[in-house]
Amino acid sequence: MGGYILKRLIALVPVLLGLTLIVFLIMAMIPGDPATAILGSYATPENVERLNRQLGLDRSLPEQYLVWLGNLLQGEFGRSYSLNRPVIDEVLERFSATLILAGTALLLCSVFGLLAGIVSAVRQFGWTDRIVTFFVLIGISTPSFFLGLLLILVFAVNLKLLPASGMYAIYGGGDLPDLLRHLLLPAVTLAAVATGVISRLTRTAMLEVLRQDFIRTARAKGLSERRVVYRHAAKSALVAVIPVIGIQAGFVLGGAVYIETVFQWPGIGAMLVKAISTRDLLLVQGGVLVVAASYVLFNLAADVVQSTLDPRLRR
Amino acid sequence: MTGQRKDNRRPSAFALLLNNRMAAGGFFILVALLLLALIAPLLPLHDPNATDPSNRLLRPLTEGHLLGTDALGRDILSRILSGLRVSIAVGLSATIIAAFFGSLIGLLAGFAGGRVDNLMMRGIDMLMAFPYILLALAIVAVLGPGLINALYAIALVNIPFFARNIRGVTLGLARREFVDAARLAGKSPARVLFTEILPNVLPVIVITMSTTVGWMILETAGLSFLGLGAQPPQADLGSMLGDGRGVLFNAPHVAIIPGLAIFLLVMSINLFGDGVRDVLDPRLKSGALTRPVARTAIERDPASVPAEDAEDRKAVLSVRGLRTAFRMGRRQVEAVGGVDLRLGQTECLGLVGESGSGKSVTAMSIMGLVPTPPGRIVGGAILLKGEDLLAASDERIRGLRGGPVSHVFQDPLSSLHPLFTVGDQLIEAIRAHQPLSRAKAQARARELLELVRIPNAGRRLSAYPHELSGGMRQRVCIAMALANDAEVIIADEPTTALDVTVQAQILTLMNKLRHDKQTSILFITHDFGVVSALCDRVAVMYAGRIVETGRTEEVLDAPAHPYTRKLIDCVPVLGQGERRLDAIEGLPPSVDNLPPGCAFAPRCPRAQESCRRGEITLQEVAPGRAARCLFPLEAGEEAAAHA
Repeated sequence: MGGYILKRLIALVPVLLGLTLIVFLIMAMIPGDPATAILGSYATPENVERLNRQLGLDRSLPEQYLVWLGNLLQGEFGRSYSLNRPVIDEVLERFSATLILAGTALLLCSVFGLLAGIVSAVRQFGWTDRIVTFFVLIGISTPSFFLGLLLILVFAVNLKLLPASGMYAIYGGGDLPDLLRHLLLPAVTLAAVATGVISRLTRTAMLEVLRQDFIRTARAKGLSERRVVYRHAAKSALVAVIPVIGIQAGFVLGGAVYIETVFQWPGIGAMLVKAISTRDLLLVQGGVLVVAASYVLFNLAADVVQSTLDPRLRR
Repeated sequence: MTGQRKDNRRPSAFALLLNNRMAAGGFFILVALLLLALIAPLLPLHDPNATDPSNRLLRPLTEGHLLGTDALGRDILSRILSGLRVSIAVGLSATIIAAFFGSLIGLLAGFAGGRVDNLMMRGIDMLMAFPYILLALAIVAVLGPGLINALYAIALVNIPFFARNIRGVTLGLARREFVDAARLAGKSPARVLFTEILPNVLPVIVITMSTTVGWMILETAGLSFLGLGAQPPQADLGSMLGDGRGVLFNAPHVAIIPGLAIFLLVMSINLFGDGVRDVLDPRLKSGALTRPVARTAIERDPASVPAEDAEDRKAVLSVRGLRTAFRMGRRQVEAVGGVDLRLGQTECLGLVGESGSGKSVTAMSIMGLVPTPPGRIVGGAILLKGEDLLAASDERIRGLRGGPVSHVFQDPLSSLHPLFTVGDQLIEAIRAHQPLSRAKAQARARELLELVRIPNAGRRLSAYPHELSGGMRQRVCIAMALANDAEVIIADEPTTALDVTVQAQILTLMNKLRHDKQTSILFITHDFGVVSALCDRVAVMYAGRIVETGRTEEVLDAPAHPYTRKLIDCVPVLGQGERRLDAIEGLPPSVDNLPPGCAFAPRCPRAQESCRRGEITLQEVAPGRAARCLFPLEAGEEAAAHA
């Protein structure tokens, strides 16, 4: 097991290098003078020239990449001109808020997606199955930003049950119950689409597994149907669905951009939107890199969990 | 393009699509939305951009403003229709751009193969390592906010999906015979790619487009919602929703109406897309899989239940007039058409037949392990020591399964659960029937592995099935069948999936165990060699019926049914290399289309006119021997044509 994780960690290096390369190439697409674009049109010529030198823009593209990568590896993500503080500080601070939101959403969509999928497969063509199928269809067709607004209207405006925005109440608060109250609506909104996708695929995986020979063996052993379905079939289906959950982590992390904007959650998504409108490109670059790297790690975690469940993968 | 020939037997793709209620619903909503968007400029509506500060935030159903007005007093209905036009246009354009470039990359990579393919796919993998929306955001950040830039960004991040899908299909096609033929005919690679491969890849491109276009509309709307797409005065549905957010608390309709419009558009596209996918690629159809239930459905006519006789009381297991059917579409096919079997105390009965003869279905019917749907038991009786199993409760059957009646299946790798250790699976089998502690069950599991001669039994308990050899796996399955001192073991071709040398070991083991444990065995096989090694009696099945039964050595020495004769002649005998192996001419009939009279008659060299008429019964040909034949063979007679 330890060897497997080590192997996967080593395999991570080229993937992370690829991420930096793509971000670098996108940044190289900036039309016009990058230093001006980064510093804004009111920058002084001295500042522009200094940044040009700093970014190594007088050198060839591969050289520029290596210099830039070297800076990244030393934690040098540059300085945000709109906030006037190091990008890395701002990004990490914001990222912890995103992690709380996205982590909760991921937990919600895994638990409810798997449950709904299993139940809907077991009661295939029954009422539960139809209700689940209906909600899945609604869930994957509703824009998450619209769902967020609807939930705010119902729970914050009409019922006045939950707060509509922020991570903590402005006055007092700051404790865990306060955080949970603020977390509930955005986390549910963020989880909705992924729950639909996961439950759909779990249902298919369960139906697929229930036709396998080893399920017939389990029945021939005289096991109760409950045990056949919830132990033998569900474990196999779970193994098949875990990579899907890993992929959904990407959609949840990306979807946080909308949800954080709608609920004014102080995370990295809301930061990115603001940074784009203020053209703070170094901040965008730092935020994108950190979120993309965390997505890679989420996928690694999914692979490790999958291999603990499936001994055939541990090689 | 040359004219396509129409296949009259198959309904057109469009008819199939409309057959699917959900897809048809999606299709009609989509067509309605598209029409509305198209004719919007012709309708007598307000100018979507005309502001009217005195009529701000009017509620829906106000005079002159059917859906009300927004914060600037603009008519929401006309804005929704113009926004719909923009959103559809942007979504479609993004899809076409992504499909074009993605398919091009996929085609080239799949067709070129080798290093080019490797390099291109590495790049695609890197793009896919990004959370999708994030990549679009980075591109918009660099290009600057705006609808066209948002369109480019969304198209770009969708290219990998197309490239991956198309590359997979192309890779498969590029190695096919017709492509080789075109190459050998001297066509240039480019012509091969575009005239031979592209037409075959097109359906996949269409499927991928139909499943991604909704997503792309949603994502461009999302970017506009964030203020990074459409910039005022230009507006799509997303930016209208974004505007509505500002007045959410006092005029929620300004946000809800564009939100609903996006929802309706995306949902109709998704429904329609699923339908298109089901029609073009039926294997992916979500409804195609049905879940088999725990026990075969029993729908037998009470009149078909035979009365118990003296023979039944002597037998451990008695199958009487069993009929098992499968539902194929609207037809019902009887795979087992009235089978009688008797398994005596400590007897081993071989059930022999070609594949498709119904022998496995017969065996699986006994404990209700034929999958339902599509299988059902439609007639007969199955008596276990006089108890009619077809009348027993589910709970009772569960108690018998793995207890008094256990199974060994054909392929031990697929029959064992890949994710549980051998020990876990054995312990589970033991504890399903015996109230033992885990530790005691584990000790018992170890004894069982020793019983089936698995070396290092204690250590093997923690092995997973994939870590064992085929023979070892089948020993584990046999150990599992012995876990609760079964009286009857139903073995469904337990040696077919194994190497010949391993086969012999398994047969020896089973033979020894049955004598030691006084177990009765119903042994299903297609191999007379195996029968002669193990079975006391044999029953030969053909087209869902028993055609001959008798003691093994008698049947082998002097088969009475021409089919049995042919089947025995198929077994090669060592040291008799000179003997010609007779394959049986023709194919077994399909059970849904049996000829009247003897089912073997079309392949039988002795068949007469009378063989093709009326029901032929199983008649006694000698004491303890029966054959379903009007002209049974005499001892020593060849199955040649009747003189």
